Amino acid sequence: MTLDIMTVLPFLLMIFVVAILLGTEVISKVPSILHTPLMSGSNAISGITVVAALVAAGEGHNWVSTMLGTAAVAFAMINVVGGYLVTNRMLEMFKKHEEPKK
Amino acid sequence: MTFLAEFIYIIAAVLFVVGLKRMNKPATARRGNQMSSIGMFLAILGTLIHFDILTPEYILIGMVIGSAVGVILARVVKMTEMPQMVALLNGFGGIASLLVGWAEYHKNPSADLYTAVTTFLTVVVGGLTFSGSVIAWAKLKEVMSGKPILFPGQQVVNAAVLLSVVVGGVIFSIDPANNYPIFIGLMAVGLILGVTSVIPIGGADMPVVISLLNSYSGIAGCLAGFVIQNTVLIVTGSLVGASGIILTNIMCKAMNRSLANVLFSGFGSVTTQGKSEKKGEVKSLSAQDAYMVLESSGSVVFVPGYGLAVAQAQHACHELASLLQKNGTEVTFAIHPVAGRMPGHMNVLLAEANVSYDLLKEMDDVNPTIDQVDVAIVIGANDVVNPAAREDKTSPIYGMPIINVDKAKNVIVMKRSMAAGFAGIENPLFYKENTKMLFGDAKAVLQELVSEFKKS
Repeated sequence: MTLDIMTVLPFLLMIFVVAILLGTEVISKVPSILHTPLMSGSNAISGITVVAALVAAGEGHNWVSTMLGTAAVAFAMINVVGGYLVTNRMLEMFKKHEEPKK
Repeated sequence: MTFLAEFIYIIAAVLFVVGLKRMNKPATARRGNQMSSIGMFLAILGTLIHFDILTPEYILIGMVIGSAVGVILARVVKMTEMPQMVALLNGFGGIASLLVGWAEYHKNPSADLYTAVTTFLTVVVGGLTFSGSVIAWAKLKEVMSGKPILFPGQQVVNAAVLLSVVVGGVIFSIDPANNYPIFIGLMAVGLILGVTSVIPIGGADMPVVISLLNSYSGIAGCLAGFVIQNTVLIVTGSLVGASGIILTNIMCKAMNRSLANVLFSGFGSVTTQGKSEKKGEVKSLSAQDAYMVLESSGSVVFVPGYGLAVAQAQHACHELASLLQKNGTEVTFAIHPVAGRMPGHMNVLLAEANVSYDLLKEMDDVNPTIDQVDVAIVIGANDVVNPAAREDKTSPIYGMPIINVDKAKNVIVMKRSMAAGFAGIENPLFYKENTKMLFGDAKAVLQELVSEFKKS
């Protein structure tokens, strides 16, 4: 994992730039009707920090890092699970009715 | 093993991107969200396998507790409370990033320059996302006043806080091994920065703040990815960062204000009394009269504002719309981009009340043909239909794009009283020739109209 940072950094920056461009492209096509689910959904995605939290907690060098990492895991999981479920709950409500009810 | 993990991360990243892409249509959005969640599941699983992490049981406990809280939050939240929910979840993402940065630093204090810089940025952005989100949550929840909090010398304080981030960051990055206290100080300053930057922003501007905090939480995750050199974090962090920035931009445009103006001006702190010379007579009508007008009209546009949600009148509104449709009237809902308390909020509230999404129209789709509409019904909206934004150069909202209901043949405004809107701006719409006021609680008035229809 620990290659010389100067070899890795350009690669990481490249990924960063491409992801930003891609994100801008994809997200600017989302209509305003779906902006709230978009926001809570992308919010859930930002809970990806859980991956970093798992690494931080799991490498088990000392108990302080493990505790901090574990707390981070818990918070990030709230973000992930809460975000996806509430987004799903909202999207379930978006329906098209052919005939007005009643 | 590394290869396997990297491979799983690539699949996860693809699922996130394709999932977001599917958010561009209501019909495919739900699948998109599910794909994205599968991506997340894979990313977590891959990490656990790769780092062989299942050993300390605490981690599993952390995951279980976090998931349980997440499930409960997602179940109990009311749709009107979505903005608070998103703010809170954002905050949790931010604090998680801060804790990751701290744990990494504690593990290896004598890090190289690259790690030191990315770590300090992670904790500052993470901390500011957390405390800023908590303040936004408190304002939305009305635990604290929605009014901007301004005090003399505020700019100086903000500048000092920012300066201490820069100075502290430089000192820390040069010699991280011997500067643990400065690191702690940086976390504290990040938290303070979140508070000082959100308190001067008024409740009406919260859609912008939430979008911006959403972006910050992405950036914090992305930075944490740079710290541990993890590609999936960088990819997804930047996706979310970009999404937040785009939404922030859309919100600012919809209010015709620059981001700087939203963040620093304390808009809404002074109630602009306005020149309240009467521009005409206010004409009110009863529910029965309104029924007569609606019954004979061929096309009706509803313009809902946050007042509709406050009165919990979404269902009554949907019922009236259905009855109108049955009566042969063409019904649409015109939704202003900043209606509600976060981007797209009003659409969710109407979807919850069973309004079909193909009836929900954006401002720009409605305005070109609004002069052919027989009746525009404004419910609990004020500033977003204020023609002063178009006509009165001295108005604080001049230049803001509005739904031009005043150009419809008839306008019915449902309102509690003649009080000014959130920004305290006089609305000449109420005095126009073609406008009639229907005073009362939105829900009660709508129900009255519904029963008038059912009587006949």
